[in-house]
Amino acid sequence: MTNTEVFLQQMIIGLSNGMIIALIALGYTMVYGIIELINFAHGDLFMLGCFLALTILGALGIDAAYDPNSVSLAVLPLFIAVPAFCAIVNWSVDRFAYRPLRSAPRLAPLVSAIGVSFIFLNLGLFWGGLPMDVFNGGVAAAAPKDFPALVSRTNLLGESSNIIVRWNEVLVAMVTVPMMVGLSLIVRFTRIGKAMRAVAQNQTAARLMGIDVDRVIGATFLIGGALAGFASIVWASYNETIYFQMGFRVGMDAFTAAVLGGIGSLPGAVLGGVVIGIVRAMSEGYIAAEWTNVVVFTILVVVLTFRPSGLLGTPTREKV
Amino acid sequence: MAGGIRRAVIVHAGWFMLGIALLVPILDPLLPLEWKIAGHMNRIFIFAILGLGLNVVTGYTGLLNLGIAAFMAIGAYSYAILTCDIYPFRLGFWSAMPITICIGAIAGVVLGLPTIRLRGDYLAIVTLGFGEIVQDTLKNLDNITQGTQGINPLPAPTFWGHALNTQDKVAWYYLLLAFLALVVLVSRNLEHSRVGRSWIAIREDEIAATCMGVNPVKAKLVAFAMGAALASTSGGIYAALFSNSGEPGNYDFQISIIALCIVIIGGMGNISGVLLGAFVIGGFNSIVLDKLTTLLQQMGMVNTQNVLTVPGNWKYMIFGFALILAMRFKPEGLLPSRQLKAELHEAEEDERAENARGAA
Repeated sequence: MTNTEVFLQQMIIGLSNGMIIALIALGYTMVYGIIELINFAHGDLFMLGCFLALTILGALGIDAAYDPNSVSLAVLPLFIAVPAFCAIVNWSVDRFAYRPLRSAPRLAPLVSAIGVSFIFLNLGLFWGGLPMDVFNGGVAAAAPKDFPALVSRTNLLGESSNIIVRWNEVLVAMVTVPMMVGLSLIVRFTRIGKAMRAVAQNQTAARLMGIDVDRVIGATFLIGGALAGFASIVWASYNETIYFQMGFRVGMDAFTAAVLGGIGSLPGAVLGGVVIGIVRAMSEGYIAAEWTNVVVFTILVVVLTFRPSGLLGTPTREKV
Repeated sequence: MAGGIRRAVIVHAGWFMLGIALLVPILDPLLPLEWKIAGHMNRIFIFAILGLGLNVVTGYTGLLNLGIAAFMAIGAYSYAILTCDIYPFRLGFWSAMPITICIGAIAGVVLGLPTIRLRGDYLAIVTLGFGEIVQDTLKNLDNITQGTQGINPLPAPTFWGHALNTQDKVAWYYLLLAFLALVVLVSRNLEHSRVGRSWIAIREDEIAATCMGVNPVKAKLVAFAMGAALASTSGGIYAALFSNSGEPGNYDFQISIIALCIVIIGGMGNISGVLLGAFVIGGFNSIVLDKLTTLLQQMGMVNTQNVLTVPGNWKYMIFGFALILAMRFKPEGLLPSRQLKAELHEAEEDERAENARGAA
């Protein structure tokens, strides 16, 4: 492979992973925008989504030996069940863990979110021990699980090309781009979107204008959870392996993306996600895979320290 | 009357715990084998020192630190590099410990300097990122740190030429207890010192504290340095106790969260509370789970093929629920500090005053 080809290949991988990271980052940024909470459990919610996806595939009889060339419509239920599951779980977490703490000191809901994240982590471990074929019959619950490719692995650029673009890349684009467009349309043009923007600006004023603030916050969690659900299906299909601790790592990537783009800003989250995806791929291609997390965390620390408003965010002053 | 006894227990909780701790090695030989706990207490003492370090940053000053394990790792590796034969320094325990503590304090300042002005939740994430960076760096620099093997063997502390070996369990026990007592003493004096009072003032209201002439940047930096120094102490002792720096994975995010549980559930900003927290959380982590596993194994109920039957696998779920329930119902912890309790229940007291006024 020539240098240019290596670069282009890493670029394609980075872009695809980046689009998925962006989808998760949107969940962080929406919640932060509306209640100023770092929803620490979001990454682990994404992980649970991956496990549900694999469970459904197992129940449908699709395992690693399944031939992805016979693209079957059987995988479509995934795109309904997993986002619905993640949306409802995210909404319930808000309802039972965060909502009672709305008037508590600022750090209380963050600590609560860490608690939720730990519970999800533990559920992921148990889930991996289900006695199903896709989970190796429940032996070695903590071990990574193979995720069957949902779409054909053939190279779209022809078998002779050194650069590989698979149907998976197409799948990623087909899922993530409409989600992002749809989300921005919802936020800009619908009634609930308008209410969300109002609550984000000033909760008290929004309440005085007759907006049911708790319902709007609940809707934000529903939408954020659904996005994480979609992200989990394409991430698992793209990377072909899932494990119960992945929520922390992928979640930190997504959170870094949200912060890098300017937390609270939707286009910022997408931009940040793509940048982080590309940085990861380049670091893996040109530095070394074991330093990739250090690179990402260094970006996180440097951005938070020197430009906390991110690339596209507007600087905010802490209210007294 | 009951209130008086309760208050006496709370006020003198530290002394009660010290008394019990002193008696453990004496009583332990009398206990049946399954109920011996002295061996597990060492770990609890180390967690208590780590918790007291986090208490300075999070309890007194109100800065949420999610990367305290990084400073423990820095302590353990500093001690290992200063003492192990494969490096040029080859110091003994007593000369290496002070340097280890200083390195920890410097690391605290290095992290603190650029981040001190950040708001609470951003600071929490930066500390978390710092923790991950330290852990991965230690793992990747394997030509210096031996990667996942850890640095060993390390020398044990010596007393008048007699080196403690791993058989001297009682001596180790009292040595760690003495270290813990020293750290408690330091924490107490810090709490009541000028800088300690400014920490608490910052926690209660940073703007008001600044207006009263407290320099928040300086006070927070000192808090970071002290917290890191104490965490580094715990790391150094941990390495000496096990004669091994341990692998970087021993100092991961989960250790930071266990330390956070100790401080929050025990009682933020209250030394007795943190000690109780260390005993409850550390005891749960290393005694209860351990004994429960043995017990269930004897009953033939542990099936390693079934993830649900291994008690250790429930750990994170239990910690998670503990954090959520603590935030919801008892954010001031089991043994709260007076000020924090007053602050967190301000609203209720206002309400009570309002009702009283209404009645009158």
